[in-house]
Amino acid sequence: MKTFWQRFLGNPRVIIGMFWLSVVVLVAIFADVLAPRDPFAIVATPFIRPGAGYVLGTDSLGRDVMAGLMHGARTTLLIAVLSTLVAVAFGTLVGAVAGYYSGLVDDVLMRITEFFQTIPSFLFAIVLIAVLSPSALNLVIAISVVSWPPITRVVRAEVLSIKSREFVQAAVVAGQRDSAILLTQVLPNTLSPLIVTGSLLVATAILVESALSFLGLGAPNQMSWGFMIGAGRSFLRDAWWLVTVPGIAILITVLSINLVGEGLNDALNPRLADL
Amino acid sequence: MSGHPVGGRASGDNVLAIENLTVGLPAWSDRKSAVSGVSLDVGKTEIVCVVGESGSGKSIMGKAILGLLPKPHVRVTGGRIMFEGRDLIALPEDDMRRLRGGRIAMIFQEPMTALNPLMKVGRQIDEVIEVHTDLKPAARRARVLELISDVHLPDPKRIVDSYPHQLSGGQRQRIVIAMALALEPALIIADEPTTALDVTTQAQILHLMKELQRAHGTSVLFITHDFGVVAEIADRVAVMRHGEIVEAGSADEVLRNPQADYTKALVAAVPGLKPRLRDKQAAQPLLVVRDLEKTYVSAGGFAAPARRVKAVDKVSLELGERSSLALVGESGSGKSTLARCIIGLELPEGGEILLDGERISGLTRDQLRPYRRHMQMVFQDPFASLNPRQRIGDIIAIGPMIQGVSREKAHAEARELLSLVGLRPEAADRYPHEFSGGQRQRVGIARALAVKPKLIVADEPVSALDVSVQKQVLDLLNELRRKFGLSMLFITHDLRVAATVCENIAIMQRGRIVEHGATAEIFANPQHAYTRSLLDAVPGKDWINSLA
Repeated sequence: MKTFWQRFLGNPRVIIGMFWLSVVVLVAIFADVLAPRDPFAIVATPFIRPGAGYVLGTDSLGRDVMAGLMHGARTTLLIAVLSTLVAVAFGTLVGAVAGYYSGLVDDVLMRITEFFQTIPSFLFAIVLIAVLSPSALNLVIAISVVSWPPITRVVRAEVLSIKSREFVQAAVVAGQRDSAILLTQVLPNTLSPLIVTGSLLVATAILVESALSFLGLGAPNQMSWGFMIGAGRSFLRDAWWLVTVPGIAILITVLSINLVGEGLNDALNPRLADL
Repeated sequence: MSGHPVGGRASGDNVLAIENLTVGLPAWSDRKSAVSGVSLDVGKTEIVCVVGESGSGKSIMGKAILGLLPKPHVRVTGGRIMFEGRDLIALPEDDMRRLRGGRIAMIFQEPMTALNPLMKVGRQIDEVIEVHTDLKPAARRARVLELISDVHLPDPKRIVDSYPHQLSGGQRQRIVIAMALALEPALIIADEPTTALDVTTQAQILHLMKELQRAHGTSVLFITHDFGVVAEIADRVAVMRHGEIVEAGSADEVLRNPQADYTKALVAAVPGLKPRLRDKQAAQPLLVVRDLEKTYVSAGGFAAPARRVKAVDKVSLELGERSSLALVGESGSGKSTLARCIIGLELPEGGEILLDGERISGLTRDQLRPYRRHMQMVFQDPFASLNPRQRIGDIIAIGPMIQGVSREKAHAEARELLSLVGLRPEAADRYPHEFSGGQRQRVGIARALAVKPKLIVADEPVSALDVSVQKQVLDLLNELRRKFGLSMLFITHDLRVAATVCENIAIMQRGRIVEHGATAEIFANPQHAYTRSLLDAVPGKDWINSLA
């Protein structure tokens, strides 16, 4: 049997996805070094076509698109990863408690989860931002609030099946407390589906963040991919690169995350991948 | 089917001839082939048993005959399977489909999964006939009714229109047998057909298969792990190990005078029916159970009343210090529920449980914690009872640490315990998936012993293990009992195991203890009708008794 890493890294799609993701992450980390000037600074005449001088051209106000793309990667990734972490933490907590205690606790928690699930998530995010006012922190809050229910469902289903296994009963017989059983016996065994769902959630978070920024509800004074598309949309016919370049960046990044997520799934569940 | 074979092998009386069969496994497996160079004949109207432990390749061989191997990873790499003059390996898929269920039928282990839960059983038998013949619906209906009465199911007219879930396990297996017989096959391949059944049902099904096989002149290739079953049914036996046949011959020869060392070891590992005797009389009672009651209530739906099942019905029993009691019963008898009530995994609603004179029933989990030091449990499934993400050392040390032992001391003791149960102390640093079923069960026993309990409750601790491993684990339990002066409550469905392990037996049926006493007395002179039927149903009991 191959090890997890052999299965994971032996998958060509994972390698493609990992390659692009590491490029994006590196650019996000070193954005200040690669493009030291403020991405909002006007550096040249507007609407310079991509090519020499400015690799990706300039926008309607003469800002460097390449610099915007680099700083945008930072904003977009940070907000997407943070909101996913919050959603996973909260969703896991609710799902674990609901699954482990079942009965009335489960009923109440799951009805609340369903309440959040039935509201169209993007509209809900818009409402939340409108109420809370646009800022980076509020974006994280809004995206986590609309994306935790699927995590809860996954964790609850896993906990339900694991808590009936004999090793959990053995822990009860040994005298372990509920909280310890949940943390040391049950939750470690829900990790694989959680990692897969969580990694795919990052992709959704990027899309939601971009869409909100496109509508002008993104973090103010911070360059992001969605904002760039939003600002460039009125010039689509005159300056195609303003919309196309960040659009393609979003497309490839989301695709890469999905490839890696699928690869994780195949590597963590080798039996399923075989079928 | 066009008459008899023209070419091929000129052996008129062999229905099936397997020649040098080799089934290859994918590159990542721990061995190269599941079946290597196996040759085996099945004569007309003969029952041939293939016996082997898990991983011996016996089931893969059965699947290879029917072309049901999980392709493309597992496939036949050499040899021939001759059936009625044709090589089944080279047969096109269309011909193979016609053969399956027609000339060759199959009976699987688990009757519930072999039947479609959404289809009436009569229709499922009917479908087999419809696919393979041109009979009119009325004629088919008559044939279905005839088949159902052939397998001795009561009231065929009602059974025809039943769904699988409305029948018991034994009745379902009878339906599967009726399906197999529907087209008068020349050969039936039965893969552990009685393993999932209770022992009394198993005896009935074995009897039925033998009777029908005689009446219809069918040949049977019977795959099993149980030498008792072999003794009941086989004409000839082939013993398999690691994909090879180590010994083959008539049932009498192999069972009474085995030649190969492996066969000898397997036969010796079959638990005998010699009752264990009491060492000494009436010790202080350690565990007392009085009038214990536990009812399961399933939630009713709209207008449907909640269903109540009395799992444990006013049960009383006593277990002395340093003694052992086997709770024997079939599935659904309430024996496991009783054990779970005693160990504190279920809350009984009536009666009381005393441990060492102190009442432990009705306590909350926090109040029960100090008593955990005195009683521990060994679980049934060695693959589910160890947390796959914890190291063996942590799994064993957890009990003592909860009781207040320091981490270093608990881990040091865990290593000592590991060598005591026959594993190396270094095993403490490894994860459960690196161990076999028998080794894992040893870890489970070490975990139970870690807090130095007085009472061990063992719930079917060996029923998931191969017979040779089963013997080793039982021997280990025996030795540890003596060394630690343990009392043991041993739950099992197998009277053979109960007799070798425990000096006292309590027989449970439908939540009640119907007979309770010394093993020797109950074996010599069973009082209750149910006890007698259990004793009668022990597979291969004449053979086992003749060995002793």
